[in-house]
Amino acid sequence: MTPETEAELATIIKKAEGPLRIEGGGTRPIGGASNGARLSTSSMAGIELYEPGALTLVVRAGTPVSEIEAALEAEGQRLAFEPMDHRGLLDTDGTPTIGGVVAANVSGPRRVQAGACRDFLLGVRFVDGQGRIVRNGGRVMKNVTGYDMVKLMAGSYGTLGVLTEVALKVLPRPRATGVLLCEGLDDATAIQVLCRALGSPYEVSGAAHLQRGLDGAPVTMIRLEGFADSVAYRAGEMQKLLADSGTFTLETDPDRTAADWRYIRDVEPFHGRAGAVWRLSVKPTDAPGIVAALPGAEAVYDWGGGLVWLLMPEGTGGTEIRETVAQRGGHATRVRGAGTDAFPPLAAPVAALQAGLRQRFDPRGILNPGLMAEA
Amino acid sequence: MQMPEPNPDILARKAELVARLRKVLPRDSVIEDPVETRAYECDALTAYKCPPLAVLLPASTREVAEALAICHEIGVPVVPRGAGTSLAGGALPTADSVILGVARMTEVLETDYDNRFIRVQTGRTNLSVTGAVEEEGFFYAPDPSSQLACAIAGNIAMNSGGAHCLKYGVTTNNLMGVTMVLMDGTVVELGGAHLDAAGYDLLGLVCGSEGQLGVVTEATLRILRKPEGARPVLIGFDSSEVAGACVSDIIKAGVLPVAIEFMDRPCIRATEDFAHAGYPDCEALLIVEVEGSDPEIDEQLGLIEAIARRHDPVELRQSRSEEESAAIWKGRKSAFGAMGQIGDYMCLDGTIPVSALPHVLGRIGEMSREFGLDVANVFHAGDGNMHPLILFDANKPGDLETCETFGAEILKLCVEVGGCLTGEHGVGIEKRDLMAHQYGADDLSAQMDVKDVFDPKWLLNPAKVFPLDVSGARRAA
Repeated sequence: MTPETEAELATIIKKAEGPLRIEGGGTRPIGGASNGARLSTSSMAGIELYEPGALTLVVRAGTPVSEIEAALEAEGQRLAFEPMDHRGLLDTDGTPTIGGVVAANVSGPRRVQAGACRDFLLGVRFVDGQGRIVRNGGRVMKNVTGYDMVKLMAGSYGTLGVLTEVALKVLPRPRATGVLLCEGLDDATAIQVLCRALGSPYEVSGAAHLQRGLDGAPVTMIRLEGFADSVAYRAGEMQKLLADSGTFTLETDPDRTAADWRYIRDVEPFHGRAGAVWRLSVKPTDAPGIVAALPGAEAVYDWGGGLVWLLMPEGTGGTEIRETVAQRGGHATRVRGAGTDAFPPLAAPVAALQAGLRQRFDPRGILNPGLMAEA
Repeated sequence: MQMPEPNPDILARKAELVARLRKVLPRDSVIEDPVETRAYECDALTAYKCPPLAVLLPASTREVAEALAICHEIGVPVVPRGAGTSLAGGALPTADSVILGVARMTEVLETDYDNRFIRVQTGRTNLSVTGAVEEEGFFYAPDPSSQLACAIAGNIAMNSGGAHCLKYGVTTNNLMGVTMVLMDGTVVELGGAHLDAAGYDLLGLVCGSEGQLGVVTEATLRILRKPEGARPVLIGFDSSEVAGACVSDIIKAGVLPVAIEFMDRPCIRATEDFAHAGYPDCEALLIVEVEGSDPEIDEQLGLIEAIARRHDPVELRQSRSEEESAAIWKGRKSAFGAMGQIGDYMCLDGTIPVSALPHVLGRIGEMSREFGLDVANVFHAGDGNMHPLILFDANKPGDLETCETFGAEILKLCVEVGGCLTGEHGVGIEKRDLMAHQYGADDLSAQMDVKDVFDPKWLLNPAKVFPLDVSGARRAA
């Protein structure tokens, strides 16, 4: 089913007699596809409003991300939360949609500075499991009118409602990008360096560490963005600040810096390789210890260590990973690989609240059943 | 302002309630003397007052949990209170309610510069969070103008903003985790020192829920390294339309100022009489501040100046030193005090799309003449968050009512042009009855479903946010 209007979608949901598998472009089957009838938002597409001077964009949920990026590019703007393209990692094809990005709260390397998808989401429209058409938030930057269900919808994987329209804050594209690169640091040193970089006044917009760079050696990367002179100045200061830990060289070629961060954003080191892929959200300084405690793990560290992508040998149990994370705080999601426990389990009182919300918004349990941890 | 009738059964059980609370809280943490509870009869929206049944001042999450469990069992409404600085009546008691204040919970629990967060008890004031980390060169970004007095608990309840949120975001963008007690005494942990909590974004849902979903007792807040420096430029214009167009051009040019503040002529004149900041006598004035090292600031201010010159400013004054920066900010920072010198005023808080600025300012001017009350405009122009100040005379019969009607019309106008009723102050009781202008029946019912899940008996912060007729059936259930 591919409804073209919100009203049509509401009718489909009201009349549904069984589970529905909600899909944007179908490029992010995290947690496995549920077995319901396919309900695609891809025909509810198009930019409704774009005001570059107000930094606001209102789009229908099925709009391809590429279409949005092209429209923004023409005005020298962008989605600052740098949404990841999952196709390479998950070996999917199809067209990623903005509704899918929001439903999974997909954020890239710049999350560490600019914020997550949810931080740029100004408003939503959705149809819940009862067929109610609900609007929350709006199209303005500051809005505390009523409860913030905009945040609730971001990352709820379609289990509370099917998004039909989202309003986003966009930002200007910086004039220049500089990437500082250092080879050969071990994990613990690299994370320490990234903590110092992020704790400096030089506005780091990307902080990553690869255990294996393109030539096999570890690479630590720090991104600076802004006006060209400012980037050059901050890069110089950063090199001085980190001189005792290693030699950082500056890359400013626009194509190469863009490729460098796409490599991190889309977790390219794990493309086409066997094994399960896990995504860990942890306190940055805990990250190297967690990785070291998991035999056979290969890691890509983003967000200064706060986000860890793990490639694990096929068959590694989720329990071991989750227990290692739980000892220190944080959570782990299996993004690729077999099993039914992709989403992290929740503490009992939080699980009860989540189940309560789900019951309210989808009393028949028809929206993406099986996704998100259930109580 | 209509409030529900106090429940006579609860009023009759006061002695029993106090006795039970005293078993779990120290004696001086339970205030029941009617003279002492008067101190809690209102918040910064002083037009509405009602002393509570009792006031509780617990010192820990455990004490909050035990007190809430007792109130829940007896069925007593609870009004959570930070520092009582709400401009929307967010902490207004009802006669049958208990105030639960976090004022004694002010400890710093953990500071972590490597991972850039601080964990505090929520009674701590906004400014003293920065105070706890500034020696190391860090700060907490959200800066509501009440930051000297307001508590983090209230900031979270209202999702507070401030002048610098154009660059750094509001509370919800800087909040990493909370410890929260539900109405039945259950303690929940949401988020923490890592980014993006597991499961639904309940942290995002709780932030800005006006104390109606739970009592937040501890918070993990993101701290940032202070920039090397900051300097403003002051730009005066002959018309607010031109000032609005200049704001839009600055934003489009790719500069990201930390603040773009706007004042109109009535506000400029009032502040000049009061603070003598040397502002030009013009229709509209912008203060644009940027951050960085000195050369970075010069580059950005140079660009802003070039954009502004294309709009024929009547005055353009770039700060070159700390003294000059202080002089530029002096008038803006004393704007509210200056208005207070002239008379009573009501401060509104609607947000509009930046593109609608000239239209809305024009309409406010027309309405000002219709209602016969003066308005001064001072606001965060970069994000469209307006603060029209309506002047009235509290001693003149009918003036407050006229002012409230006028204010409601301005907020309806904000919604009409694509904006909202409140950008950073919250709904409270002040904007409660206007909610139906912004949201339809299903939109409100979805929000009330959330309330049902967290607080099924509707005991937390009663009679706020949702119009009473809309929430009636659920409150009675």
